[in-house]
Amino acid sequence: MFGDYEAQRHWQEITLNLPVQEWYFNSSDNNLQYWGLDYPPLTAYHSLLCAYVAEFINPDWVALHTSRGYESDHHKLFMRSTVFIADLMIYIPAVVLYCCYLKETSPRKKIANAFCILLYPGLLLIDYGHFQYNCVSLGLTLWGVLGLSYDWDILGSLAFCLALNYKQMELYHSLPFFCFLLGKCLKKDLKGKGLLLLIKLITTVVAAFALCWLPFFTQLEQTMQVLRRLFPVGRGLFEDKVANFWCSLNVLLKIKSLLSPHTQLMFSFALTFLSLLPACLKLTLQPSLRGFKYALVSCALSFFLFSFQVHEKSILLVSLPVCLILNEVPFMSIWFLLVSTFSMLPLLLKDQLALASVGTTLGFGVACASSFSIFENISEEELQLRSFSVYVRRHIPGFKVPAKMLKTWFLVSVTMMSLLTLTSITVEPPHKLPDLFPVLVCLVSCLHFLLFLIYFNVIILWDHRNGRSQKKIN
Amino acid sequence: MAASGAAVRGGGRAFLSLALGVSLLKCLLIPAYYSTDFEVHRNWLAITHSLPVSRWYYEATSEWTLDYPPFFAWFEYTLSHIAKVFDPEMLNIQNLNYASPRTVLFQRFSVIFTDVLFIYSVYECCKCIEGKKAGKELTEKPTFILSVLLLWNFGLLIVDHIHFQYNGFLFGLMLLSVARLFQKRHLEGAFLFAILLHFKHIYLYVAPAYGIYLLRSYCFTADKPDGSVTWSSFSFLRLIALGFIVCFVSALSLGPFIAMNQLPQVISRLFPFKRGLCHAYWAPNFWALYNALDKMLCIIGLKYNLLDPKKIAKASMTSGLVQQFQHVVLPSVTPLATLICTVIAMLPSIFCLWFKPQGPRGFLRCLIVCALSSFMFGWHVHEKAILLAILPMSLLSVGKPQDAAIYLLLTTTGHYSLFPLLFTAPEFPIKVLLMLLFTVYSFSSLKTLFRKEKLLNWMETIYLVGLGPLEICCELVFPFTPWKLKYPFIPLFLTSVYCAAGITYAWFRLSVSMLPGPAVSKAKLQ
Repeated sequence: MFGDYEAQRHWQEITLNLPVQEWYFNSSDNNLQYWGLDYPPLTAYHSLLCAYVAEFINPDWVALHTSRGYESDHHKLFMRSTVFIADLMIYIPAVVLYCCYLKETSPRKKIANAFCILLYPGLLLIDYGHFQYNCVSLGLTLWGVLGLSYDWDILGSLAFCLALNYKQMELYHSLPFFCFLLGKCLKKDLKGKGLLLLIKLITTVVAAFALCWLPFFTQLEQTMQVLRRLFPVGRGLFEDKVANFWCSLNVLLKIKSLLSPHTQLMFSFALTFLSLLPACLKLTLQPSLRGFKYALVSCALSFFLFSFQVHEKSILLVSLPVCLILNEVPFMSIWFLLVSTFSMLPLLLKDQLALASVGTTLGFGVACASSFSIFENISEEELQLRSFSVYVRRHIPGFKVPAKMLKTWFLVSVTMMSLLTLTSITVEPPHKLPDLFPVLVCLVSCLHFLLFLIYFNVIILWDHRNGRSQKKIN
Repeated sequence: MAASGAAVRGGGRAFLSLALGVSLLKCLLIPAYYSTDFEVHRNWLAITHSLPVSRWYYEATSEWTLDYPPFFAWFEYTLSHIAKVFDPEMLNIQNLNYASPRTVLFQRFSVIFTDVLFIYSVYECCKCIEGKKAGKELTEKPTFILSVLLLWNFGLLIVDHIHFQYNGFLFGLMLLSVARLFQKRHLEGAFLFAILLHFKHIYLYVAPAYGIYLLRSYCFTADKPDGSVTWSSFSFLRLIALGFIVCFVSALSLGPFIAMNQLPQVISRLFPFKRGLCHAYWAPNFWALYNALDKMLCIIGLKYNLLDPKKIAKASMTSGLVQQFQHVVLPSVTPLATLICTVIAMLPSIFCLWFKPQGPRGFLRCLIVCALSSFMFGWHVHEKAILLAILPMSLLSVGKPQDAAIYLLLTTTGHYSLFPLLFTAPEFPIKVLLMLLFTVYSFSSLKTLFRKEKLLNWMETIYLVGLGPLEICCELVFPFTPWKLKYPFIPLFLTSVYCAAGITYAWFRLSVSMLPGPAVSKAKLQ
């Protein structure tokens, strides 16, 4: 039983030895049941590039059929290096540039910010421990955000299209990009400059997709097969234990058996759509960079909580936007990032990364505690809830956001997570409930995520600052 | 007052973050490669736990016999009681090369926990140094830079937490004794050093510095205005106090073995002169250059038929094993010869320490020169011994720009010479990236601290930059060449010789800096 490591090695083998038309099809040389390709074409091209290098160093690593399950120290070093090089070329420069150009922060704070983002345990553990290439898709998305913040809309949307073509999960981020750009076009007046911008964007998107999918557009059957591999609708509402609304609901109410697959799909679609509608509408009508970043968080979180076939690794798609708002709401962001790492605990324990996850999480905590003075300034203003509480005070006089209580809740939450981590590592679960600890982890994480969803949506909806004063604050 | 209070608190918080951060990094290194030293210490846990004291220095079931002084043996004995909880099987002497996951976890954690003493001593050292008055920025203060250079020292990290040794707390004892001498608590400093000697006798390398300094600056209570000795101010009481401390500690340590008539056996275990001139991987000292010269002359002699091939022994000194070997062209080297060379190399600094004492700073400088001289000319020196010079040198580096320059040269070269210790593929990125991190930090922080002076000249810079291509050649290019099978020792040879050049140069500059030149008046103001 191998994991993502073998999958990536196998994709190098397939893309190197077989012609493009056979990559996504089942054949005697390409058994789709054994780690078949299920990411969009850009991943395949990346695997092909790595495969060329691998063949140069040692052809045994990617020989067709005979290299299955190949494991050696040098091969491991090679594979890990490919992740590191991808990280170095795409993700890390994006983070550094993003922090360099943060407004109204001292150079020291910028470096501390970049350091904390790069130390985020979730991405480190999944990319370097479990083995994946999330750094590429997340990095490209970050380049997209960077492009949009400097009004280089074409380049930004190009970067995001590349991200989409690398991993289809980036669709979680697509709605905010779409709404923000649409809002920009509408603001620029759809009859003049706005229309021009819209046309340019549509052309860019179509061109990017065409370029990536070129070999697969030759026949309709090719395109359909790739789409079938990317979106396996037959697989059901959720697989395994994930800190998702549906999985948690399933503990109390066995919805997987109660409702038909079609109904499950409809429910999930409806709930996802409803939960992200307010933020997206606001973003289209009042496009602002700040709103865009918060919308990225809340839309990705909505998708994570209510969508179908969600993997626990998809929480990384929410964590990246949260890293972007680290300097605005440090306390809540750090809390969220800790919970997101904790939510992946069952997966990390399966990969024997217990020590690494505890070590990196503690290291992240130490770095954040020394960079951001998080425990001192928890006030309404710091939590960006000023306009919300002012609004509520009009109806309920004397209302105050319980900022002081938050410190206590944070400590309770951290204690609970630490205890659960400790028991998961050291204690054997009872025979009757073998999945007790993963389920508890999922329930606790899901509760946190639901509360965070409400919090981020409140910030977006009550963000009263309009475009002009925003330029000063951002 | 409030500002300085806040500054102290900020500095304390930063120190704590640094200490916690490096400890977490050490935890992440737990699954990494460990060398045979891991089995050595497991064996010593087993010996001290399972056998009575009378058999400790006679036990030879495993090839890794007990060859550290008695205090270390008692330390292992204490650890073995905790080891029982983790995995009692590791305490069985017959379980050679036993390395269950719990054993690894226990041993690694024991190194990480004993490092607490090192962290405390770094804290004490930071209190002692009064470096150049830097700006208000915390990260530019000499104390902050020193804490990073010591706590995150690359050499100590990879030797202790990957290769596996217990140098952390031992260096902690040494730095603490140095700090106590800076704080004029001489008896405590002497006591700590005496204890240290009985933990690991390699610290004999620096004993002359301690001896002369304590004799000169502690036993003689006053100096003449020009710095020379006032014989009349000799205090017998102080001498007796020092003597009592040394004898008391030695009695505690060796007493039981003297009582059992085992002293000769203990001494023979501690000083095994049957081993060869050079340790397996050729520490980059003077003898490495000597051997290289001998080898080259031999090859030239064979080529031009000046030597008879039959007379040359087949066994090659360069094959990486610990053997005795006779030199072919140049005269052979005996242990006595190395001792004489070492003493001669140390003498100038010792004389300066006696005739022109410069307080604790002069002592520290002499200590480093002694450590480096012993490294350069000693018999069977390990390349890890370079740490003995590098760590105390950090204390001097934040003081004067000339010292910072020597520190950068010595440390970068010394750290690079430790690379052959980690030869496995998974450790390759770790050692390269950690070394880059430490080197980049040390250069940028010291350059920022001494903004107005130029630290290294163009020749030294080129030499240091040359380490990069050397590493690429030795580890990336060489394994793919046909010479790998014919001359497998070439990377080690090249590393050794290249680093030996740098370290010799650093030793020379440091010895020269010890001599009081025209800057005697400036030195008095220190």
